[in-house]
Amino acid sequence: MRVLLAAKGLAKSFGAVVAAADLDLAVEAGEIHALIGPNGAGKTTVLRLLSGELRPDAGCVWLADREVTALAVHERARLGLARTFQHSSVLSSFSVLENVAVAIQAHAGSSFRFFKPASPDPRLEEPALAILERLGIEGLADRPAAALAHGERRLLELAMALACRPQVLLLDEPLAGVSNKEAQRLIGVLAALRAEMGMLLVEHDMDAVFRLADRITVLVNGRVIASGSPSAVRADPLVRSAYLGEEEEL
Amino acid sequence: MSAVRTRGGHGLAPLLFVLIALAILSAELWAGPYYLKLLSRAMILALAALALDLVVGVAGLVSLGHAAFLGVGAYTVGILAEHGITSGWIQWPIALFASAAFALVIGALSLRTRGVHFIMITLAFAQMLYYAANSLSRYGGDDGLTIWNRSEFATFFSLADRSTFAWTCFVILLLSYLLLARVVASRFGRVLRGAKDNERRMEALGYPVARFRLVAFTLSGTLAGLAGVLLANLTEFVAPAYMSWHRSGELLAMVVLGGLGSLYGAIIGAFFFVLVEEALARITTHWALVFGPFLILLVLLGRGGLVGLLENLGRR
Amino acid sequence: MKSEYRATALDPALLVVQLLNGVQLGLLLFLVASGLTLVFGILDVINLAHGVVFMVGAYVAASTFLHSGSLLLAAAAAPIAAALLGLVLDRLVLRFLYERSHLDQVLATFGVVLFVDEAVRTLFGPAALPFPLPASLEWSLPLPGGTSYPAWRLVIIAGGLVLAAGLFGILHRTRAGMLVRAAANDARMLEMLGVDVRRLFLLVLGAGSALAGFAGALAGPIMAVQPGMGDNVLILAFVVIVTGGMGSVQGALLGALLVGLVDTLGRAFLTDLVRTLLPPAAANEVGPALASMAIYLLMAIVLLIRPQGLLSVRRAAR
Ligand SMILES: Nc1ncnc2c1ncn2[C@@H]1O[C@H](COP(=O)(O)OP(=O)(O)OP(=O)(O)O)[C@@H](O)[C@H]1O
Ligand SMILES: [Mg+2]
Repeated sequence: MRVLLAAKGLAKSFGAVVAAADLDLAVEAGEIHALIGPNGAGKTTVLRLLSGELRPDAGCVWLADREVTALAVHERARLGLARTFQHSSVLSSFSVLENVAVAIQAHAGSSFRFFKPASPDPRLEEPALAILERLGIEGLADRPAAALAHGERRLLELAMALACRPQVLLLDEPLAGVSNKEAQRLIGVLAALRAEMGMLLVEHDMDAVFRLADRITVLVNGRVIASGSPSAVRADPLVRSAYLGEEEEL
Repeated sequence: MSAVRTRGGHGLAPLLFVLIALAILSAELWAGPYYLKLLSRAMILALAALALDLVVGVAGLVSLGHAAFLGVGAYTVGILAEHGITSGWIQWPIALFASAAFALVIGALSLRTRGVHFIMITLAFAQMLYYAANSLSRYGGDDGLTIWNRSEFATFFSLADRSTFAWTCFVILLLSYLLLARVVASRFGRVLRGAKDNERRMEALGYPVARFRLVAFTLSGTLAGLAGVLLANLTEFVAPAYMSWHRSGELLAMVVLGGLGSLYGAIIGAFFFVLVEEALARITTHWALVFGPFLILLVLLGRGGLVGLLENLGRR
Repeated sequence: MKSEYRATALDPALLVVQLLNGVQLGLLLFLVASGLTLVFGILDVINLAHGVVFMVGAYVAASTFLHSGSLLLAAAAAPIAAALLGLVLDRLVLRFLYERSHLDQVLATFGVVLFVDEAVRTLFGPAALPFPLPASLEWSLPLPGGTSYPAWRLVIIAGGLVLAAGLFGILHRTRAGMLVRAAANDARMLEMLGVDVRRLFLLVLGAGSALAGFAGALAGPIMAVQPGMGDNVLILAFVVIVTGGMGSVQGALLGALLVGLVDTLGRAFLTDLVRTLLPPAAANEVGPALASMAIYLLMAIVLLIRPQGLLSVRRAAR
């Protein structure tokens, strides 16, 4: 399989806190790679390192064949890396449709156009609406994003990420706080997207992880303690004690 | 296709421009040159405030140094006139180019930072130009420089005529407003608005936010420079005081006074400011004793500025 | 704060005088900037009114001295009045601004500046208030090379050094100081640990205002005590903070000394330097202009290399 995203020897510390240490990771085309670990393990930090929001203390990142360690967030996004945030991040003063239209605009021609009104523009709004339909939230198109419920905002964030037509999608706990119904729909959508891109999925919901993931990497205190197929990871004694054990006690 | 809400609406702007035009007409007919001059001054400051609103209200960047660009525009006219170059066809493009260049450089440096840093740095660079102008003894130093001839546009029209001058200001203000209103609604403007709302998200979508902001800052600085060109012609004088940080603060006050981000709010704010200043200055020379607390109360109590107030009244 | 000395060539004796002037200006700026940088650091509040606190310090010192004839009384009254002013301003205006946007903070504190400047102008008139030194301090220390250095400027240097040392002592040796530094680093974290950040902030604001007021008293005799005198100092303090790094008192000291030295030496020697490159007439134009811009160019260079400032405790571009 083609490797779309790779990290080698990534390290990042905040003072005495080690959030990532000598970390290797790869996401292949057509795969959902889950990154799991207890709270504070460093999962979000890894996503921030991959997306370029944080500079690693050591190590490097590749997108396809290109080394991107020195590139800024927007440059990596242009190369096909999209992400959602642990705390939903949308443009709250825009309507739902405009949120997605802005995402389409980012990858459709130049945005240095000063005179023609950005809206209405079917070249942006039609594909935007199509994505909303795919996620089943076309009914919300005209709502201000600020007025969305939490679960709806998560779906909108995913819609914005998809509008970038990413090669690789980084998802930071997409299911946190969404209703069961929405979660089922999201799982279905993610499974269907598998063919189109590679995904790195950070998620606490183990049900979803084991239903979706082709590969699982377990992170504890910034270190990978296990990585492999779901069944291998499930059977790993280290994982059971360090992570799944905790989960059962909760 | 469902309708999408954008900031395309002109709101009170048509009414506002009609009122300004009527004010100019009535000043021509009845009130006399003093009021024409006052109106011209208000329109010029409105142009500068309008330019500033693009940066502050639309892009969300608090520039506390915009008077600098006003000064660059004004000084370019003054210095060229001092060297005998009085043709507006030469003066104005050079002045616009100079303000654009200064805005580009200052913007590029200031935009490396955020928040409080950005405010302090724009203020500091404006102060730098203020002191530089003070030390230009060849051009009047801190006394300023008298301009003996307004910009000449050959046989087309003469800015020496007060009416012509006022209408020139009016047309420039109107065109600038229309230009900026289009820019705000364009793809470019949408990126600016999005980045004001959530910069991190826009970066993650693939927008080089700083580049968009730099373009907006430069455009804004250029328009402020144009206001400076007009101001130099109105007063037939330039002085470092045009760039003082008080002027920058006042421009910011006008923008907020009118209502952030609506563009025409900045125009309303500028007119309100000039008229109140004029009225207070007649009563007392210590008008800042009133205006200072007014500004504080405006910030603490008033939300949405005068435009917000008017729109709320209109809705009742 | 113009230097009193004009050099004609790079004479070592004059260089010493100018270096002392630079350090003296730097220490004054440090006294103003240190409070300002901590206030930014702790609550992320931009307070333009810090400059008028400096001015009020100078006015209180000048009038106390004029009426009582006691320099000690003047030196005590200025910081006390300044601290009170700082706390009153907090009660009336600042405390409503903690959670507001930077724009709101700028505008409201700009309103304070307009009001206080005008109030001082109304009360004392637009002209500068005389602040003559007592005869006991009207002498100069002879320096080798035929120059001399005014006693009062030595007092400023000594006072600035003592206060700076005291400030660092408090910040690094006491529990309160440790909390202040921690708060300037990450106030939210401290709040979660149960520290009353608001009280800490008032403490810093009061102490910072006292320092600025004392700086005003020190600067009074060498600077015209007039309305608006604090505005320039405020902006210079901004340059200091941007150069040194937000929230860091060490940064403020480093930035202040750099700004003081670059400004003083630039004014003293830059025109001569330019004269070696340009014809005299042009040099007399360009030199002073360049000198007045020198500190801002310094700031620009720092911004290019380290946008967060030389010794920042936090990154400016987050
Ligand atoms: N900007 C930062 N400054 C200081 N420490 C940080 C920073 N970001 C993260 N940390 C610390 O690094 C560690 C890893 O944090 P991270 O957010 O990556 O964990 P996570 O695995 O995503 O946790 P969660 O499951 O709770 O989201 C934590 O101890 C956190 O406190
Ligand atoms: Mg996380």
